[in-house]
Amino acid sequence: MTDKPSPRLLLKLDPLVAALRYLTIFLVAFALFGLILWLAGKDPLQAIRDTFSSTLGTGYGLSEVVVKMIPLLFTAVAVALPSRVGLINVGGEGQLYMGAWLAAWAALTFSALPPWALLPLMAAMGMVGGALWAFIPAFLRARGLVNETITTLLMNYVAPSIVTFFIYGPWRSPLNALYPQTIDFVPAARLPAFFGTRVHLGLLLALLFLLLYWLVIKYTRWGLEMRAIGGNPQAARRNGLPLTTYVVAVLCIGGALAGLAGMSEVSGIHGRLRPGFSPGFGYMGFLISWLSGGGPLGILIMSFLTAVISTGGDILQIKQGLPFAVVNILLAISLFVILARPSLLTKGKQA
Amino acid sequence: MSVLSILGVISSAIFSGASLLYATLGEILDERAGVVDLGLEGVMLVSAATGFGVTVRTGNPYLGVLAAMLAGGLMNLLFAYLVVTRRANQLASGLALMFFGFGMSALIGRPYVGSRINGLPRYSLPGLSDLPPLISSQFRFDLLIYLALPTAILIGWLLFRTRWGLGLRAVGENPNAAFAAGRDPRWIRYQALFLGGALAGLGAAHLSIAWTMTWGEYMTAGRGFIAVALVIFSKWHPLRAVAGALLFGGAVAFQLLLQASGIPISPFLLDTIPYVLTLLVLIAWGGTRKHAAPASLGRVYLGAEQ
Repeated sequence: MTDKPSPRLLLKLDPLVAALRYLTIFLVAFALFGLILWLAGKDPLQAIRDTFSSTLGTGYGLSEVVVKMIPLLFTAVAVALPSRVGLINVGGEGQLYMGAWLAAWAALTFSALPPWALLPLMAAMGMVGGALWAFIPAFLRARGLVNETITTLLMNYVAPSIVTFFIYGPWRSPLNALYPQTIDFVPAARLPAFFGTRVHLGLLLALLFLLLYWLVIKYTRWGLEMRAIGGNPQAARRNGLPLTTYVVAVLCIGGALAGLAGMSEVSGIHGRLRPGFSPGFGYMGFLISWLSGGGPLGILIMSFLTAVISTGGDILQIKQGLPFAVVNILLAISLFVILARPSLLTKGKQA
Repeated sequence: MSVLSILGVISSAIFSGASLLYATLGEILDERAGVVDLGLEGVMLVSAATGFGVTVRTGNPYLGVLAAMLAGGLMNLLFAYLVVTRRANQLASGLALMFFGFGMSALIGRPYVGSRINGLPRYSLPGLSDLPPLISSQFRFDLLIYLALPTAILIGWLLFRTRWGLGLRAVGENPNAAFAAGRDPRWIRYQALFLGGALAGLGAAHLSIAWTMTWGEYMTAGRGFIAVALVIFSKWHPLRAVAGALLFGGAVAFQLLLQASGIPISPFLLDTIPYVLTLLVLIAWGGTRKHAAPASLGRVYLGAEQ
């Protein structure tokens, strides 16, 4: 667990080389993905063509890609921030659900409030929900009891059950007997959307937090201290850095961001809380953070590419009868390629 | 509540615990060789789908079990290539393997959703055949359940009583020293991961072929992670893993018992019991775990030349 928590920071190289490397990674990943589809008896070229034409080919497709990017940006930063101090937060999915849960509670309880009060309240509750869910593994890790990787993973299986319990129980809408869900949120609880698309205010919020993340890790004392802790915890402790505080703080802030992803989904997209509303945004955020090495620009690029793949996955599901989970194969192969660091991608010898 | 329903609950606890025991044993082998495999969940999913598919195709559940084992072993070989040969970070590679398993199992299992199979044949416990048929019918188990405990003993024997096990544990404690003593850490880790994957595959096969006799996406529902947690609980010892599996089986039984008893608790909250219990067990055992963990666990073996 003392390994460096990230693959090489690809974007540290000059931009042209970095672009070439990303391109190579994706060419290799798509080639392997195509091979698997071909073995499964599907037409790989058609699948890949469908993926791109349905997402980048039209204005609407592109707007849907941006819609998918919003929660991914949040959940990626939710993983990247703790990774600065060497923590592995795989609990984005659970934190996202708990954030959506508390945000929905606020939306249902304070529905009489005007939007300028209700939306910030929902965002705050979303952050509280995610942060509280992350506090449990953070506390256990800070006390040296249990490693955060396994606890955050296990808690991902608990959070959706709690949400489902509320949807089937106290919050169930009496209007819709067929699909269990809460009643529709009032318009004041909906994040405004732009230009007649589904792109909503959450995008600006997500970009703002990404910018904040960049400023913090690059220009503040906190960023420097986090790098010191991530590099050598023992030395950092001897130099008097408050390790425990950092462990709890970064995990809770990460959880808060994942919770915000949940809030922006229920408020901006669904307008109600329904079971299983996330197709694994939390897990995808983890992959994005790792693929990008935790760099802000990398997170932006990888979120976009992941959103393209994920949106394309919906099309593959419809056109080729492939299960949605297949997009995980493409994401996993991309990660394999980066983790394996074939010689054409690496610069010099590294351990 | 009748005696019969209680017996039924115990019976399903045994079914639930058996698949977890195999997976935990597999993870113990991996970790004893110094490799954390967080991809176990993905390995189990691919094995469950493959085993089920082969059973549907051939009509022979035992062939399905073999295919599941092979699929599990191959999945872990892919993992071994990353973490042993390419020296990638084990936790990240494991999670990448998990995602790969999510997708691959969905792709493999797609044609078999809703298919019906004849699962592994079940045999009565010897000596119970005299009981009333209604009761003895609750205690008819398949071969994999009868073999679960012997497998745990066998793995314990392999690890602690054979030269091979000594080498494997040496690699897990200190690969450089093991190399100096003439072992090949990389080759040994490959072996451990293949065997561990095959064992996890066996557990997954029991889940899809013997117990539920269905395939559904994400059907393992976190069993792979619970197995990783139970390895810590069992202090990396195969026989203590039996206790861990019984505990988990007990949690499932408790959950079913509450459901059957008609106490008005939401099934969605009951679903969380195994995970919450696993978390509590981890917390209770957390303080002492460091003494038992293989010393090189999670570290990359760089090779002797460096």
